[in-house]
Amino acid sequence: MTGIVALYIFMLAAFCGYEVISRVPVILHTPLMSGSNFVHGIVLVGAMVALGGAHTTLEKTIGFIGVLLAAGNAVGGYVVTERMLEMFKSSGSRQTGTRGNTAQPGKGAH
Amino acid sequence: MDSSVLSRETLIQASYFVTAALFILGLKRMSSPVTARSGILWAGSGMLVATVVSFLYPGMTNYDLILAAIVVGGGLAWWSGKRVAMTDMPQMIALYNGMGGGAAAAIAAVELYRGENPGYATSSLAVVGGIIGSVSFSGSAIAFGKLQGLITKSIRFSGQQVFNLLLLAAALILGAMVAFNLSATPAVITAFFALALLLGLTMTLPIGGADMPVVISLYNALTGLAVAFEGFVLGNAAMIIAGTVVGSAGTLLTQLMAKAMNRSLGNVLFSGFGDTGGEAATGDVTGSLKPIEASDVGVMMAFASKVIVVPGYGMAVAQAQHKIWELCQLLIDRGVTVKFAIHPVAGRMPGHMNVLLAEAGVPYDLISDLDEINSEFETADVALIIGANDVVNPVARNDKSSPIYGMPILNADKAKNVIVIKRGKGAGFSGIENALFYLDNTRMLYGDAQKAGSELIQAIKAVG
Repeated sequence: MTGIVALYIFMLAAFCGYEVISRVPVILHTPLMSGSNFVHGIVLVGAMVALGGAHTTLEKTIGFIGVLLAAGNAVGGYVVTERMLEMFKSSGSRQTGTRGNTAQPGKGAH
Repeated sequence: MDSSVLSRETLIQASYFVTAALFILGLKRMSSPVTARSGILWAGSGMLVATVVSFLYPGMTNYDLILAAIVVGGGLAWWSGKRVAMTDMPQMIALYNGMGGGAAAAIAAVELYRGENPGYATSSLAVVGGIIGSVSFSGSAIAFGKLQGLITKSIRFSGQQVFNLLLLAAALILGAMVAFNLSATPAVITAFFALALLLGLTMTLPIGGADMPVVISLYNALTGLAVAFEGFVLGNAAMIIAGTVVGSAGTLLTQLMAKAMNRSLGNVLFSGFGDTGGEAATGDVTGSLKPIEASDVGVMMAFASKVIVVPGYGMAVAQAQHKIWELCQLLIDRGVTVKFAIHPVAGRMPGHMNVLLAEAGVPYDLISDLDEINSEFETADVALIIGANDVVNPVARNDKSSPIYGMPILNADKAKNVIVIKRGKGAGFSGIENALFYLDNTRMLYGDAQKAGSELIQAIKAVG
């Protein structure tokens, strides 16, 4: 990838992120922040490549910590976002006394 | 290069392409409550594809270490993510976000310690991503500690901002020495990362708990940027796209949050307000607090045509959202129009209250935000305030001397009757006296939100 192409990708992705988010209603801000937090968990693939190419003990140790943290970011981000979004229901699917969160699997928004 | 390596390379690139598309489509679907759930599933499948395919990278070693790290890190995160209470969600997001920043910094560290300078541009990007990732890592850890109640003090000293600037300058100088290969020794690299981590600590420690949501959102955007920069270093397009999308989306989200709190971002980061600050203005409030019994409130609501509920974080802390929803369902069954009015900063971050109400089973179409609901208070018979205070204080509209002057508020005072459920007579989170409580059409229902909710349910059932 040449530098200028990478720069174009950077610019287009920046506009894309701004546009995608700009129409989000306030009620979804917290899940969305959590969801975007999950998306940058893609750092996992970079950490895997870094550890995969590590030779010295120092490189391996740091690489290991990197993959560990990145996996935590990706998995944790996914789990909490999914838990939050699962609870959003419209009046159409009104359930009385729904306590807790994952009690009824498969009864998501739709 | 033989053809199997070539086709593997193609497969990896094609998978990353699909992953990037799934991320963007997933975020897009998360922007509507109807499709939000499928949005995270789309993004999740993209992540799975990218992770699996990355094992095929040509020339990879240390598979055992990689697998072990994924299992341990992912397992712990899975376990904690499933257990965390909805009220604690903001600090959990901060924690996971910090981990992402740490991972980006770790990538930078591996690349820099390796010492094969791949060119000034690439090394500079690694260094910048390293600083941002480190700040996000240690800063998010402090944010987590503050919201979790592990760190209760906001440490401030005079000249703190100058100190932070000097730290940043020192980190940048060391980073430049490494990036331009002037002195890329392991000692310099270590000092560089130590300074960057310290900067995250000293930047975040003075910021008060009330401002933490904005800070978490900012660090979320910063982590995205750090990931994008390390994506440049590794030539990984999926990381560049995903990181940049999060970076710009997170910046927008941070601005929206700061605006909702009537603060500029600079103000949040550098003023060190956000605590129950020293300038607790008393204000000239006239009138008296007029208590009311639950039975009277029950009758009032049962025969109302429209009730607007204004929940605050106090309701969530008392875990009263289930009781309140039960109460509202009784009213709905009687033909009363019930709506929930959510202030942008209700809860601990924008949208947090919606999550807590959703947990209790409140449908999202009964929930309105400030702009939608404010004109409706005039037609409401009852505004029921539960555990909310500053966000309904009319002082913000008309008293220029008040610290919350100018903050957008819910116009609950315009309703025909205002009922405030409150534990005691104390002032709110900011220490500012609430003029709403003293109005002629306001009545105070003293008691814990949970208990008051039960009493109201009894009262409405008694009406028959």
